[in-house]
Amino acid sequence: MRATSTVMTAGRFDQRPAPPGDTGLPRLLAAAGNGPIDGTAVSEPGLDLVAHLRRHGRPRFRAAALIEQVQAAGLTGRGGAAFPVARKLSAVAAAKGSPVVVANGAEGEPASSKDAALLWFSPHLVLDGVQLAAEAVGADTAYIYVHAGTHARGGPALPSHLRAALAQREAAGTDRVSVELVEAPARFLAGEETALVSRINGGAARPADKEYRVFQRGVGGRPTLVQNVETLAHLALIARHGANWFRSVGTRDEPGSMLCTVRAADGQARVLEAAIGTPLSWLMEITDDVQAVLAGGYHGGWLSLAAARQLALSNADLRPAGAIAGAGILIALPAAYCGLAETASVARSLALESAGQCGPCFNGLPAIAAALAELAQPRPAEQALANLRRWTGLMTGRGACHHPDGTVRFVATALQVFATEIAEHAAGRCTATRSGPFLPVTAPPETESDWR
Amino acid sequence: MPDTRARLRVDRTACTGHGVCAELLPELVALDEWGYPVIADAPLPARLVREVRRTVTDCPALALRVAGEG
Repeated sequence: MRATSTVMTAGRFDQRPAPPGDTGLPRLLAAAGNGPIDGTAVSEPGLDLVAHLRRHGRPRFRAAALIEQVQAAGLTGRGGAAFPVARKLSAVAAAKGSPVVVANGAEGEPASSKDAALLWFSPHLVLDGVQLAAEAVGADTAYIYVHAGTHARGGPALPSHLRAALAQREAAGTDRVSVELVEAPARFLAGEETALVSRINGGAARPADKEYRVFQRGVGGRPTLVQNVETLAHLALIARHGANWFRSVGTRDEPGSMLCTVRAADGQARVLEAAIGTPLSWLMEITDDVQAVLAGGYHGGWLSLAAARQLALSNADLRPAGAIAGAGILIALPAAYCGLAETASVARSLALESAGQCGPCFNGLPAIAAALAELAQPRPAEQALANLRRWTGLMTGRGACHHPDGTVRFVATALQVFATEIAEHAAGRCTATRSGPFLPVTAPPETESDWR
Repeated sequence: MPDTRARLRVDRTACTGHGVCAELLPELVALDEWGYPVIADAPLPARLVREVRRTVTDCPALALRVAGEG
């Protein structure tokens, strides 16, 4: 059985994925197999509803039976937090009021493109998941929330692609609940659950710190099920094939597969689907030209080369090492770049992406970014280092959202993994031979209004 | 079972860093170097019930609350 399957390489197909078998991967991106090898002429892949139904069939498990299967499958949220999906479904179904379902496709991290790839290649799987989840919790209202974005090759952008998919379903009469598309602003935090609710409610896409949870009171004050689009696609397949099929890949504690965005040392990014528990070294080449691997993205953690070679894609492996599986972002940092300068560049962008609402975040992150910028210079920076050690210990759990927590995880692991480079800088040297940034960062946000 | 005992909680988006809480409740609240509260993540001791209630009412930003069961 193949553990992984390459689907897309920076807008281009690398190889045709294996045809879907009982447990074979890819599960979610099987439709990508219809695409041409060279994607320059890709025209709306995945839009064909008839082909989608022929490939995947019709759901067998629905409503309460589906919640049972999801529970037995052990499906967790694929947006990064890995929260058990069955618990959320049950909580929303049991909450007072008429529930709302939201499919969250707003991946804010510049290093992630798995949700966009999924929505591009398998929109109907996600939209099936929306309908099945709505039925399971008794919702009569549903949204899909995505970044406006642009098509890499000048084709239609994601929202119009999804509108076309929704129109097909309306024409075919497949859906009980109509789905409204809401565009997310191009901000790192726009996909955070409470920010998403605020945006759909007509406000700014900023996180909120409330007494109640979104599953109790969210969109329109109603109980709201927010699930990442990949999670809903897994749910749609569990509805067809059941829990045992889902568990036939992955580990006992973290079953199933997940989409990953893997950036290799040559800078090329590709989206692939991997069984949880797959060794990182199967997912990316970890040669001696790589100095460290970032697992879990910019709210994740740095792994030393030795650790990355030993560890697998799972929280059981990655959390004890200071990283997370998160939303499946994996980046190999080439030895030619300065790990401290790369960390400083990302930390600056994360500080600028603060929603500016919580004191520890809007004070702490710029201070951390400034100290890292000092540390990135090849000269002694003892005070900056001492400050960083103190501040990274002081941020966790002190924001409305996990932006400060995730940022200090990223920074704290950098101080460990790049300890040798810190010593070199203190001695006035930098080992880098190329100037960055290697890690993708977005341009700093411009105005207040871009939160909408 | 999650620990549901009463705790002092702050709405981080409402808090403006006045620091009144740290003055009234030094047993539970410290301030970071920017003046924002660092609250002990521990169940509220019974002997502090009155002080906690007063701190919640006196917060100029109304950012404090007691969460969980008493």
